[in-house]
Amino acid sequence: MNENGMIESVVLAGVGGQGILLASEILAKAAMIAGNDVKTNEVHGMAQRGGSVLAQIRYGKKVYSPLVARGTARVLCALEQIEALRYSDYLAPGGLVVVNSQTITPVTVSMGAAKYPQDVETKLRSVFPRLIYFDASQKAVEVGDLRAANVILLGALSTGLDLPPEVWKKAIEESVKPKFREMNLKAFDIGRSCA
Amino acid sequence: MQILSGNEAFARGAYEAGVTVACGYPGTPSTEILENAVKFKPAIYCEWSPNEKVAFEVAAAAACAGARAIVTMKHVGLNVAADPLMTLSYLGVEGGFVAIVADDPGMHSSQNEQDTRNYARFAKIPLLEPSDSQEAKDFLKLGIEISEKYKTPVIVRTTTRVSHSRSIVELADRVENTRQIALEKNPPRWVPVPQWARVMRRNVEDRLGKLRADACSSSANRIEWRDKTLGIVTASIAYQYVREVWPEASVLKLGFSYPYPDDLIRQFVAGVKKVLVVEELDDFLEEHIKALGIACVGKQFVPNIGELSVTTLEASRARMEGREIPAEKPAPFVDELPGRPPVLCPGCPHRGVFAALGKHEVIVTGDIGCYSLGAFKPLNRLDIILCMGGGISMAHGLDKAGDHRTVVGIVGDSTFFHSGVTGLMDIAYNRGCSKIIVVDNRTTAMTGHQDHPGTGQTLMGEPTVALSIEDFGRACGFKRVRTINPYKVKETLDILNEELSVREPSLIVSRGPCPLHEKKKVGPIRRIDQELCKACRACVRIGCPAIDGAQKKPFINAFLCNGCSLCQQMCAFGAISAVEEKP
Repeated sequence: MNENGMIESVVLAGVGGQGILLASEILAKAAMIAGNDVKTNEVHGMAQRGGSVLAQIRYGKKVYSPLVARGTARVLCALEQIEALRYSDYLAPGGLVVVNSQTITPVTVSMGAAKYPQDVETKLRSVFPRLIYFDASQKAVEVGDLRAANVILLGALSTGLDLPPEVWKKAIEESVKPKFREMNLKAFDIGRSCA
Repeated sequence: MQILSGNEAFARGAYEAGVTVACGYPGTPSTEILENAVKFKPAIYCEWSPNEKVAFEVAAAAACAGARAIVTMKHVGLNVAADPLMTLSYLGVEGGFVAIVADDPGMHSSQNEQDTRNYARFAKIPLLEPSDSQEAKDFLKLGIEISEKYKTPVIVRTTTRVSHSRSIVELADRVENTRQIALEKNPPRWVPVPQWARVMRRNVEDRLGKLRADACSSSANRIEWRDKTLGIVTASIAYQYVREVWPEASVLKLGFSYPYPDDLIRQFVAGVKKVLVVEELDDFLEEHIKALGIACVGKQFVPNIGELSVTTLEASRARMEGREIPAEKPAPFVDELPGRPPVLCPGCPHRGVFAALGKHEVIVTGDIGCYSLGAFKPLNRLDIILCMGGGISMAHGLDKAGDHRTVVGIVGDSTFFHSGVTGLMDIAYNRGCSKIIVVDNRTTAMTGHQDHPGTGQTLMGEPTVALSIEDFGRACGFKRVRTINPYKVKETLDILNEELSVREPSLIVSRGPCPLHEKKKVGPIRRIDQELCKACRACVRIGCPAIDGAQKKPFINAFLCNGCSLCQQMCAFGAISAVEEKP
């Protein structure tokens, strides 16, 4: 794109409270440990209250914009399935999409003002040729904590980026409290095996 | 090296610069600056002040006495602090003084998108504009340096994307301030009565001239020579986008952008064929460059509404070069997706008040806080919002204008202390009869739970007096002061009925702590008995995210329910009950 070479861009989408900020932090640290310049951006404020949340991570030799431009994300990961459709225009052609098959009913649907789409998996498969679609929340419960779904998804999306697994693991160790380290490292491996 | 957000970097910069006093009032996207600065206690004394004006004055006095001080706020907060700003420019300071003011282009969580750079020109003081976290830290320190060199307050202007983006920052050690802290007894220096203020006024102009020369040679301003066909003048986050959209162009990157570095601007434009100004929001640079007699383009191609991005600037570039802008294809299925608007959280104490108000034909003036969400469906119980504290005074205005309906004003606890209390005085003093409800959730919730004068704790973590809103009401001349528990629907309704029926002012304090802040459930979680449920959807109409009403008969999401029991009290068929806790 410019004289600074290839920039990798990743978009994480979900709903407030799903652990997107931690996932973004781990990804950014992994990129830095691997020797990259890195920038991230997350939406704060009103988005925390049940709104859809977007985190953007960019790394490479020299990163200018902290925001991912439309059509340039190498990886799009959604912690709730329809959020992948909401942000599909960020994805670069040929990019990898990782989706948690979870449904979180928006309040607009509860109110009866809108409908949750039918056949989400079919729609996802029609839009995204490179799709990893699985129930990360269920896997997280199996690991011992529902909140580990974000790290399971990181494991899956790590297969679409050029950062080696040991760099990811170091980033996880630096980002989570000691008592959750082992569980999160296990979660990452499980995610990687789901890819 | 660390990955820091812009706001974390500002706090780190304050620490490294030897700042000892940091004040502010919470406001997105500025809040995390003080939350991170307090991690450096006791080196930095930090406080949440009741409002931005007070915060500004506290920090200003510290700097007048020789301490290094910062004050933080969002853009609209500087309107509140504009009075001390304008005259601190005259008084000047001894220790470094930086006001970090965070703009919100695109209004991610604000009621307007004013451009703070205008305030620097208005107050005739220097303006610094960082474009990433490293510069956030460096420019905070530079601001302290400039402030001490010229004895002037300095504005460091940030934006949502600078404050909330993270990037790699190199850390340095703290440099202590060696001044003795004591306000010099010298009234002509510190007292702006007309005869002395006129002298100060001249000094302000002299100072601007010297600062202009300094801006031209400042390390914060630099020319990056590349291809000379197009030269772009830019600042703040816009610089980052410019480097991606016009990688070949020469750039004048301004970090110390006011007083305008005229000579540097002239030097740059002399070296390029065509000049483009790329800046977010107002044409703050462009207008001045044109006034210098320099031909340039800017806002005719670059939007002045909302925030910029690589995508918007690619469109600007296409327009400039006379190319077609590719039509934006909507993402597939995106029209079918249900929105996720922000809503009051499960168990939010505000919900009970709005639900009770829904039973009355009243007009409601609202304010800035979580309860602003009461304007949306399905609550629909909020009719107008202007600004912090406005919920109280606007109720009085509608009342005096003769709106035939009963007027109810709603403000939060933090907002009440911020600027609501003066409106309360007005109602009692000027014989109004508005009903004011303070929704007291014991914290500044919207910005992420900060303390305030009513919480009994300081930002430094010390216990302190907790001011009583009820006592304020009585002291302001309100004879009717009531306290309600918003989780008790019947009681709330009864008290509301009583207060709405009298022709005199009334203060109702609705007290229920924010369950998110308390980190515990209000009560046992609830469930809906699908046999007893008649699908009347009364529970769905309170707009709780824990109640899933997608099917005909709603159910309660046990993960989300905070056990407030509001839905249970709405149910006429006894279908909702508490789930017994496992022993």
